[in-house]
Amino acid sequence: MTLLTRIAPQLIALAALIALVSLFFPGFLAVDVSGGRLVGPVIDVLKRGAPVALLAVGMTLVIATRGIDLSVGAIMAICGAAAALSISSGLGLVPALLVALAAGAVAGLWNGVLVAVVGIQPFVATLILMTMGRGVAQLITEGRILTFSDPGFAWLGSGVLLGLPVPTWIWILTAAAVGLAVRRTALGLLIESVGVNRRASALAGVNATLLLIAVYVLSGLCAALAGIVETADIRGADANNAGLWLELDAILAVVIGGNSLMGGRFSIVASILGALIIQTIGTGILLAGFPSEYNLVIKAALVLIILVLQSPRIAAEWNLWRESHRVQPRERRRT
Amino acid sequence: MLLSIRSLTKVFPGTLALDGVDLDIAAGEIHALLGENGAGKSTLIKCLTGAYQRDGGAITLDGAPIDPKSTGQAQELGIGTVYQEVNLLPNLPVAQNLMFGREPRRFGLIDSRRTRAEAEAMLRQYGLGIDVGRDLGTYSVAIQQIVAIARAVSLSGKVLILDEPTASLDRREVEMVFDVVRDLRDRGLGIIFVSHFLDQVFELTDRVTILRNGRKIVTERTANLDRMSLIEHMLGRALEHEVTGTATDGEIKAPMLQFDGIGRAGVIQPFDLTVGQGEVVGLAGLLGSGRTETAEMLFGLRQSQDGQARDADGPLDLRNPRAAIGAGFGFAPEDRKTDGIVASLSIRENIILGLQARRGWSRPIPRAEQNRLADDYIRKLDIRTSDREKPIGELSGGNQQKAVLARWLAMNPRFLILDEPTRGIDVGAHAEILRLIEDLTAQGMSVLIISSEIDELVAVADRVIVLRDRRHVAELTGAEVTGDRIMRAIAADDEAAA
Repeated sequence: MTLLTRIAPQLIALAALIALVSLFFPGFLAVDVSGGRLVGPVIDVLKRGAPVALLAVGMTLVIATRGIDLSVGAIMAICGAAAALSISSGLGLVPALLVALAAGAVAGLWNGVLVAVVGIQPFVATLILMTMGRGVAQLITEGRILTFSDPGFAWLGSGVLLGLPVPTWIWILTAAAVGLAVRRTALGLLIESVGVNRRASALAGVNATLLLIAVYVLSGLCAALAGIVETADIRGADANNAGLWLELDAILAVVIGGNSLMGGRFSIVASILGALIIQTIGTGILLAGFPSEYNLVIKAALVLIILVLQSPRIAAEWNLWRESHRVQPRERRRT
Repeated sequence: MLLSIRSLTKVFPGTLALDGVDLDIAAGEIHALLGENGAGKSTLIKCLTGAYQRDGGAITLDGAPIDPKSTGQAQELGIGTVYQEVNLLPNLPVAQNLMFGREPRRFGLIDSRRTRAEAEAMLRQYGLGIDVGRDLGTYSVAIQQIVAIARAVSLSGKVLILDEPTASLDRREVEMVFDVVRDLRDRGLGIIFVSHFLDQVFELTDRVTILRNGRKIVTERTANLDRMSLIEHMLGRALEHEVTGTATDGEIKAPMLQFDGIGRAGVIQPFDLTVGQGEVVGLAGLLGSGRTETAEMLFGLRQSQDGQARDADGPLDLRNPRAAIGAGFGFAPEDRKTDGIVASLSIRENIILGLQARRGWSRPIPRAEQNRLADDYIRKLDIRTSDREKPIGELSGGNQQKAVLARWLAMNPRFLILDEPTRGIDVGAHAEILRLIEDLTAQGMSVLIISSEIDELVAVADRVIVLRDRRHVAELTGAEVTGDRIMRAIAADDEAAA
């Protein structure tokens, strides 16, 4: 299966969604250049979608191992708080970022050890940190919203590089780096193998334990980046609200990306498209001018439609229908 | 006749699981159903309980033809089943477990006082005066087993199937369950007893039916059989019938691996084992004798409490499978589906998985090389598939087994452990795999093969170690490797263990 046939459903869903939004808000695809930066609703989607896109990268690999990481929203809060505290206590930008990333890695290590070594189910294991993490973040910020005024740090959230917002660059580069790392090495195969059958993989000599830990650490690092972006964007660490419920959007992005929650085959590109679909829905609803109380209901309805249209059963029915009507006698696409 | 089965047939893709089996169960009889793994015992039981739909044959109960579509329907018809793993709800009270689904009601609500009273009355018939208000899980497995029997009998009441009910019980608990079973027989139930403990078969049952490869071999009064003839029927060879093996006497292979005092309490008694270069060592024994445990011990899947493994260069580290692979070991496990294949990955990926794991994640095998390896082994082992990118789960059992073997052969181990490598695969693939083993050992690879088929061991092994009750009890070399000798060693009565 080529990459294009793999991500075709997500591309079609995204295109249809953009068409739908454009009906309500004709200027959705318009992009202007203003002061050396690109502006427009689409650019806004690419920027605001950064946290979920970043989380989706790590979540894809976790889900490929038949796991789940509910703690990423809480890790965002921890890492944002850690970065803000480091910056405001006079640590330089680079050390502050390293502190935040280290916090994310430690959080991921905690999850990974609980799952791979202690043997707790991923749902429960990461639920622990989901609950505890926001508390840790509140302890770091001492219950306040920790603001800062470091221009370098703020640039990570609201700056522009080569016309595009910096958060956009961060998720593009992260996704590309992780994507290349898993597909240009054997990591992708080994992750899929452990996800499908951990026991058989271990018997074949795959170091399943280490691999599982690594995947959760990566998810923690992605969450740290997401936390840094969000904190930098609002120039403050809000332990109560940073990354709140974003773990669910990240899981949704992976699922919209057609990745099975039962583990195995995965596509990071498809998950990223899933994240962009979610953000397009969010931005589109705002631009289309619906009262804000409709947002969640419309979002849920659209997600439901996309998932139903993507389900294998519907695809099979559709193929059957097409064959019986012989609209276009084409070769059936491989599923 | 209470229950009568005529030419029962069940087909699975690629295998005939039941091939025209006849079986009669009389009221007031305990009937043992025996056979090695893959003989068709559980398929037969599942056809009886409605878990499987039969493909041919007839079942009559009390003279009326029946065709249960589900276990619930079978229960209503009068066929109840109790499994080795008690399938009740351990975190609910005993009373609710017994009355679940038909609790006495008052004003539409469950009447818990009457539920308890009826449950207590029911258990008293079995001589059990326990507190039915306590959770089932707080009682011993034996009591849980009796509760499961009581529930099955009260729901069904004609035929009771006991599927390995004593496997997790100790001697005294077995007696307790047996008393209940005998009592039910005297009350006129027809009881099917599945077990691989032959002593219990002799102790408890009135008649025996033995299955092998999906066929009924014999039905006989238990009293007319002795241990030896029972095993002969199960393993499918008579003492007269002699197969000459490849074992060449006198030729001593240079020792390559030496295991001293490997063992673990409750798993396998400590044993010594020497494996020569290019040698095929067979492990014989009945199910549960410790064959698989021996293999798992050698491959680092279970930790030995004591002892040491060494080769010519010194001690070997067998702390886990990865370490064992590092020492040049390979292991094709018995249960292909759960331990062997990675079902939704392709044949190519399954074949290169072990090699890739050993090379490490950072050095991927180039795709062209992967394709070459996969095609190479698909051709060499004659794996029947349209192409190498097909998910391995879609292949037949024999071809899956060949692909798992290919995974190990691609890694070129010096010591390959094969646990039932020919189980559940068709005759053609069977012969190919045995031929392959001979080719490999001719090239200097050593093989440890576990098999329930004695003829297979005689044909392929240079030396056979016989296991009984989790002990290595005999070692046969060269000309001693005959079906007779192996059978006698397996069957020898175990006064010591009694």
